[in-house]
Amino acid sequence: MRDWLQPHRIFLCLIGAALVVWCATQMRWDWLPKYAPLMAEGIWRTIWLLVLSTVLGMMLAIPLGLAQAAGPWYLAAPARIFCTVIRGTPLLLQIWLLYYGLGSLFPQFPWIRQSDLWPILRQAWPYALLALTLSYAGYEGEVMRGAFRSVPRGQLEAARAMGMPRHMILWRIWLPQAVRAVLPTLGGETVLQMKATPLVATITVVEIYAVASRVRQDTFIVYEPLLLLALVYLCLAGLIVLLFRQIERRGPMTRRAG
Amino acid sequence: METLDLLALSPPGWGATLLAGLWNSLLIAVGAFSMGLVLGGLGAWGKIHGGPITRDLLAMYTTIVRAVPELILILILYFGVTDLVNQILIAFGHERIQISGVAAGITVLGVVQGAYATEVLRGALLAVPQGQVEAAKAMGMPPLLMARRIIFPAMLGLAMPGLANLWLIATKDTALLAVVGFSELTFATRQAAATTKAFFTFFLAAGVIYLIITLLSGWAFARIEAWARRGEPRNAGG
Repeated sequence: MRDWLQPHRIFLCLIGAALVVWCATQMRWDWLPKYAPLMAEGIWRTIWLLVLSTVLGMMLAIPLGLAQAAGPWYLAAPARIFCTVIRGTPLLLQIWLLYYGLGSLFPQFPWIRQSDLWPILRQAWPYALLALTLSYAGYEGEVMRGAFRSVPRGQLEAARAMGMPRHMILWRIWLPQAVRAVLPTLGGETVLQMKATPLVATITVVEIYAVASRVRQDTFIVYEPLLLLALVYLCLAGLIVLLFRQIERRGPMTRRAG
Repeated sequence: METLDLLALSPPGWGATLLAGLWNSLLIAVGAFSMGLVLGGLGAWGKIHGGPITRDLLAMYTTIVRAVPELILILILYFGVTDLVNQILIAFGHERIQISGVAAGITVLGVVQGAYATEVLRGALLAVPQGQVEAAKAMGMPPLLMARRIIFPAMLGLAMPGLANLWLIATKDTALLAVVGFSELTFATRQAAATTKAFFTFFLAAGVIYLIITLLSGWAFARIEAWARRGEPRNAGG
């Protein structure tokens, strides 16, 4: 608390507060009540896209990392190529490839059009979710490769000497230590993933960024929606950082360090 | 073979359009990366040696830029900078101008890169062994000579992995300018794909181009890092 009471910090805070007051009074916010429900919906959609793609992406990343760290070459090589391709091309390109490419391919097959999945495949969000998931899996596969390698060999050898079956070694010894070692990295990567979500607005998924763009097109107000949008993303980033700090604090490793 | 004809360089094919887009992408990536290095160098210096106000302002800069999506920063800066320049021009009695896409793209991505570069260079600067700096000072080396002969060479190897990452981010972030309608590689690809309906051909071709850039730069940065670390004691693993 004393950190905040230094004279220059108080001065900066006053300038900040004056800026906020100026923004609130001098800029146009009359569009806000009309679009508030739409914005809430957009924020909700951003959040579930983020949560679902990180969870699914992580489930893919663990086998990808394991294959690269300890797998035989016929598993390691494809995993490595997948990670390189995902990390080497822009996400926007991947999203467009999946949406426009698959989207133009699927209608050519009658059996897909007649299947029960067609109403879902006609929408944009499955492609957005797929692209975000694959992207997160690609980046985290690389992170998990290093994480699996960072676990001391002695731990695994001890577990094997105790006669633990292989899947139990993975679940009880290897994976928990690997994940714990890279938790700070994963937190940063999840913020990056959040920063990637507005790209799905380009394929007509109506999340918070798309709502702000619509406000801009409807009312010709440029800065206010963008500033509000920046604020929303700042809050989301803060939430992610806090969440990961909470998870880190629960582990035994940080207790020893702190 | 028919679909590959679409990639031909002469007019029925779209190869020339893609290459023009690639040129724009590379131009912006190089410009933004250089600007990021300059901003990052200043930022790192300010964060370590600056006064309390400088440090707080720099902390705000890096925090905000790293928490808000690039796409939104691009839009804010794109509209904002264009507006600001035009208002200044009008105030001085000139006419409005249209800011070129390349200049706007370099500025916007440069500001974003600057925030990340600040952190990378600050880490490298702090990791330079303090004893070497003190020894140089004790020998009466002037600050600029010390920066050139002692700090910079020691920093380079430490900063290289982070800088390589930043360069890859710069090349991929140029794709974001497609959203504001600037004709770089991704935008040109989409145009070609939408016109010819050959989505897979063009998006895969662009993907291969980006991948080649990534792999080539990865190789080049590894060479530079090996050169920058020459003479350093090797770790047990290396």
